[in-house]
Amino acid sequence: MKLLTHNMLTSHVRPGGGFPLRIQATEVKVNNLDFNQEFTARMVPKVEWGALVEAAESLGHRSDLPSEPIPDYEKNEEFLRKVHHVLMEVEVMEGVLKCPDTGREFPITKGIPNMLLSEEET
Amino acid sequence: MAASGKRPEHRGPPELFYDESEARKYTHNSRMIGIQSQMSERAVELLGLPEGRPCFLLDVGCGSGLSGDYISEEGHCWVGMDISPAMLDVAIEREVEGDLMLADMGQGIPFRPGTFDGCISISAVQWLCNADKKTHSPPKRLYRFFSTLYTALARGARAVLQLYPENAQQLELITTQAMKAGFAGGVVVDYPNSAKAKKFFLCLFVGPSAVLPKGLGTECSDEEPAQAKFVCERMRFKNAKGRSVKKSRDWVLEKKERRRRQGKEVRADTKYTGRKRRPHF
Repeated sequence: MKLLTHNMLTSHVRPGGGFPLRIQATEVKVNNLDFNQEFTARMVPKVEWGALVEAAESLGHRSDLPSEPIPDYEKNEEFLRKVHHVLMEVEVMEGVLKCPDTGREFPITKGIPNMLLSEEET
Repeated sequence: MAASGKRPEHRGPPELFYDESEARKYTHNSRMIGIQSQMSERAVELLGLPEGRPCFLLDVGCGSGLSGDYISEEGHCWVGMDISPAMLDVAIEREVEGDLMLADMGQGIPFRPGTFDGCISISAVQWLCNADKKTHSPPKRLYRFFSTLYTALARGARAVLQLYPENAQQLELITTQAMKAGFAGGVVVDYPNSAKAKKFFLCLFVGPSAVLPKGLGTECSDEEPAQAKFVCERMRFKNAKGRSVKKSRDWVLEKKERRRRQGKEVRADTKYTGRKRRPHF
């Protein structure tokens, strides 16, 4: 699971909306993906920055990402490359996502978070 | 898929139907791969994404990621969700570019509001019409799916859901729940005159409604009777239920209600409302 997905993911246990899910990772992989400047720039305003920095920090892959998005980021390739690295290239392979409100845990196996709920939780 | 001539939804829940052997077909059977990618192509076309802008899309029921491959080819980024672990395993094997998630669409789309620029789904939504567990209620699950999808989409985004409705009632159930969740739009039918090539695409809009695109191969179908005409129309929630017969009591009550909503002065409903004035002697 990429950190971009993690940043958009909320818990849907009722009454839901737990965000951000805490990552407890046991295995993290770093892939090499093509850098798409336009896409990354489009994602910057969508991303919940605090949650992203926190998640990257907890995985030990913050790679000097600033704690606030810098002004004029559209043009700044160096900054966008850092964002791209954290959003797209860092991938959680094994671990657990924990809902901050309910404490419900969602396991991640082979990079796929299991978001299935039991009947009582729907 | 339909080797036995029976619909796959009738054979069991999707997480069991799409097992390893069924999932294999999506990597080995070239006919199936062909159909899947054709439908994804058409679905992305119907999304009407802005030219040359990389978008963030959701693929509901992504399976082995065949539809995702087409999205990646077009230069977009995607997240896929599916209920079948076997299909997702195949997707990992094929090293798809999108991010995958094991989830049940009937339990809702677990994403922040306004996340996605669009959503596609190939042959998945009709599964929601089946109650595979005692606690499942198709209308409720459909409503939960559509309402959470509505929130997860950005304003102005579209969702294009290709589906195989079993009958007209099923299609109506699905559209009704979609309209209830706040979507505008309707059904686009490609090749309505062909039994095999006929494909249903549910095109849903968030926010200001656009014009519903035309189905392919519909040029010569103008003289088609009721059926084709019915599906091409933009269906609003109210009309989807069918109007009452003119001059009937229900019709009068509906009309009065409508006037009332418009803020006009309307007489109260009584037992005399809509009653015929018979001649007295």
